[in-house]
Amino acid sequence: MAFGAFANSGPDLSASAPRRRSYVALILLAPGILYLIATFVAPLGSLVLTSFKEPGGNFEVGEYVYAFRWENYAEALGRFGEIFGRTFLFSLLATIFALIISYPLAYFIGVTLRRFPLWQSLVLILVIAPFFISFLLRTLAWKAIFSDEGPVVSFLQAIGLFGPEQYLNGTAFTVVFGLTYNYIPFMTLPIYASLERLDLRYVEAGGDLYAGPVQRFWRIILPLSLPGVVSGTLLTFIPASGDYVNASKDFLGSTNTVMAGNVINDLFFQSFYPVSAAVSILLMIAILIPVIAYVMKSGSEDLL
Amino acid sequence: MGGSFDESGADLELVGVTKRFPGFTAIENLNLTIPAGSFFALLGPSGCGKTTTLRLVAGLEEPTAGRILIGGKDVTATKPHQRPVNTVFQSYALFPHMTVLANVEFGLKRRGISNAQALAHEALRLVELDHVAGRKPSQLSGGQQQRVALARAVVNRPALLLLDEPLGALDLKLRRQMQLELKAIQSEVGLTFLHVTHDQEEAMTMADTVAVMNKGRIEQMGAPEELYELPRTSFVANFLGQSNLFTGPVVESAADSITVEVAGVGVKVPRERAQRHAGEVTIGVRPEKLTLHTSKPDSVAGLNVLGPGTITDVSFTGVSTQYLVQIPGLPAITVFAQNMAFGPVAEQGAEVWVSWRVEHGFGLADEADPEPRFADDDDTRSIAVQRRQSLEVELDEA
Amino acid sequence: MTTQEAAAIAETAPAPRRRGRARSGRGGTGSWVVGAYSLIALAIMMIPIVYTIVFSFNDARRSNIVWRGFTLDNWLGICDDDRVCESFGNSILVGVTATIVATVLGTMIAIAIVRYTFKMRTLITVLLFLPMATPEVVLGSGLGSQFVNMGVERGLWTIIVAHIMFCISFVVVTVRARVASLDPSLEEAGRDLYASPGQVFWRVTLPLLMPGILAAALLCFALSFDDFIITNFVSGNAETFPKFVYVAASRGIPPQSNVIASAVFFLAIIIVVAAQLSAGARRRKLAKTG
Repeated sequence: MAFGAFANSGPDLSASAPRRRSYVALILLAPGILYLIATFVAPLGSLVLTSFKEPGGNFEVGEYVYAFRWENYAEALGRFGEIFGRTFLFSLLATIFALIISYPLAYFIGVTLRRFPLWQSLVLILVIAPFFISFLLRTLAWKAIFSDEGPVVSFLQAIGLFGPEQYLNGTAFTVVFGLTYNYIPFMTLPIYASLERLDLRYVEAGGDLYAGPVQRFWRIILPLSLPGVVSGTLLTFIPASGDYVNASKDFLGSTNTVMAGNVINDLFFQSFYPVSAAVSILLMIAILIPVIAYVMKSGSEDLL
Repeated sequence: MGGSFDESGADLELVGVTKRFPGFTAIENLNLTIPAGSFFALLGPSGCGKTTTLRLVAGLEEPTAGRILIGGKDVTATKPHQRPVNTVFQSYALFPHMTVLANVEFGLKRRGISNAQALAHEALRLVELDHVAGRKPSQLSGGQQQRVALARAVVNRPALLLLDEPLGALDLKLRRQMQLELKAIQSEVGLTFLHVTHDQEEAMTMADTVAVMNKGRIEQMGAPEELYELPRTSFVANFLGQSNLFTGPVVESAADSITVEVAGVGVKVPRERAQRHAGEVTIGVRPEKLTLHTSKPDSVAGLNVLGPGTITDVSFTGVSTQYLVQIPGLPAITVFAQNMAFGPVAEQGAEVWVSWRVEHGFGLADEADPEPRFADDDDTRSIAVQRRQSLEVELDEA
Repeated sequence: MTTQEAAAIAETAPAPRRRGRARSGRGGTGSWVVGAYSLIALAIMMIPIVYTIVFSFNDARRSNIVWRGFTLDNWLGICDDDRVCESFGNSILVGVTATIVATVLGTMIAIAIVRYTFKMRTLITVLLFLPMATPEVVLGSGLGSQFVNMGVERGLWTIIVAHIMFCISFVVVTVRARVASLDPSLEEAGRDLYASPGQVFWRVTLPLLMPGILAAALLCFALSFDDFIITNFVSGNAETFPKFVYVAASRGIPPQSNVIASAVFFLAIIIVVAAQLSAGARRRKLAKTG
């Protein structure tokens, strides 16, 4: 599990027990850790400081001085409250759809294709294939496919489901579609990883002990693959909530589908740094709280 | 380094060696001398400190106290790569990214020996694996890997070759075959072998001298026959084969024998085969030395008789039949009877007597109820856990 | 590719393949339905890839949206739009530099974490975990406002700084698994066979870690090469390939972008398929001899 990757899950006895002196560890750790402090921790601090800045004396755009202007947060919440709600809703929907699509897919690759290693490898390559082609170009491809003259709209209009003035691009549908599509591999791979390790003898034992197909799934397969599901939902939800490409008006969105990421991006490039920073901080908090609650509830505190 | 690599092996001497891990003592004041050219086996259950001893000799662990001498030279403070010692690891530890040949050459090349390749081929011929020199270790069978690991160590002509349960991963048949091969190679190359194992049969088959180790110290040391026929402690008596042990007071002490009262009967043990001659003592006899009688045998000088008792279990093991006999007031007695006739000579529930010749008995040195020297949780895993916990405590305090 | 995407790969990569353990899995109607569902899902997932590749052959004028006919001109004249080529070159430069630095730093941390005890271990593991759990837009705007506050001129080097930052954690995760699965007796065997500590590291430890390190480096490069969300905040006037695509999106993307994306795609697929086939061949060889 990526989220469990750093957990201290008991003594790791396979490796030699730690016995060496700390100064070697210091030499090994120092460069990387100092780097992360300078480029990750410090920027987060900088973000907090920026979020309380107030406009400078000259009232030039982009000129701010250090202060404690908490009103930036009030402004962020007041102006963008609806956008936060939308961000959460879109990310949640994308996560649910991705799960519905990914679980059977992961099961197919990890369990059904287990007897055909070559096919398993090939289908797995298909799942990760989107990683190898530009994320932005893939999204633009969907934009073209969903465009007003594109095949999908033409088809819907032809069968009478859509009126002549009804379009797809720029709606909540295309944005959630884009988010779902872009993050499906994040969902599929961790679930596949836990299903691939699933020992089918447990399922056979379940059958032997009078469990029907449905019960075998709910009581054996699903619980055993739960770590993958938890990991996958986090790996989908977190990046989806910060995404500003799909919802951008140049891609699949419009002014009606603005998400938190778009606000942060737009304000930043209009040099409204304090409010942009405040929205960033709020987004980070808004993501961390449900994520921690979810991890606790799923009974995998050790993931964090 | 250099110069200390003998053609014939060297003595190994451990003087007062103690090894403590935080919160746990693995070895306590160990003194041991292994003469040059011998095949020495260190036998004991897991957690007895035998592997720690081996790692101390190899230099992979540092002793808490004591000295280690190889060929009379103190090597206690030297690093593993500076010692004229090589190890055949339990997992073989063949480098998976190198060919078999490169594995065997590795040590020679590190020491800058010029004709490394020729020597490596020679060592591979010794273990009859020169034809796989170009393969990777993962392409070999378990037995082949074991032989490569041996060649990789032997090729360096170390003064001392350490074998850490090298046959543990092999199946029974292959293990027996490798035991003979190892023994043959040892006499051929004439090196000193220190072999660590928990398999008593393996130790007895291969070694000239066996030391039985328990809870960080050597219980008894000697030739295999000697250990088997005359164990000195109950641990040795039961770890090396099985024994029937009885405890009772010495009631008579003659010039050539002592008599111990067992369940109301006097049992004689030769004086020179008993470690203690007064008070409460434990005496024993091996199950195959016992004879079953369906009627009370005549009282003859030189024969100990116990009974009557009841046969509670009969199990047929092929070569012999194993009986369990319950005599009132005594622990169950195990009897091995060779299958000279077809089927068992007595059935379950039958009333029987057991007898053995006085010269087959032995008396142990143990106190009646020995205090355990260390805590029981001394298997490798709990050692590691204890070690980690105490290290963490140490670090938190620092 | 985004950082979370890489996390997904990172955790799949070191998974031990234990195939054919139980040979059950009787196909029934259930598995037939699952198979059909999966194949349809995969087919839909392939649509934008096929679209991108097909439109790299489009005889496009200004915007590459409507199909105008087949041509090889775009492939033959990749650099006709010099901004495409320049941004592609920048992406390669950023990717290679960030990969080298992040792989070295991350490998050092991974070795330290598995092999050594040190103070503040929990704090350090949290620090390594957090960049993976933070939305990229926050990472980007944080680093961006840091550069603004410090008055740093943003450009290619600030992009490299950012990419090293988000790569380190993934390198640590990937290499750490490899270090943890390394049999310590192999290094002991090296020491036993007269290798000095330095020789043990270079001749035993490093070669054995190499598959993990290479996987981490590839992951980091892929991550860097496709990153837009963070790059956008720290790039100033410098342009990487994804940023070029983003900026051009409002005006129309030149077909040469599709050529570059398709070429990278084919190259990556060839590498992955070759790696899979050689791993498969090795497994079969083992099955035969072992």
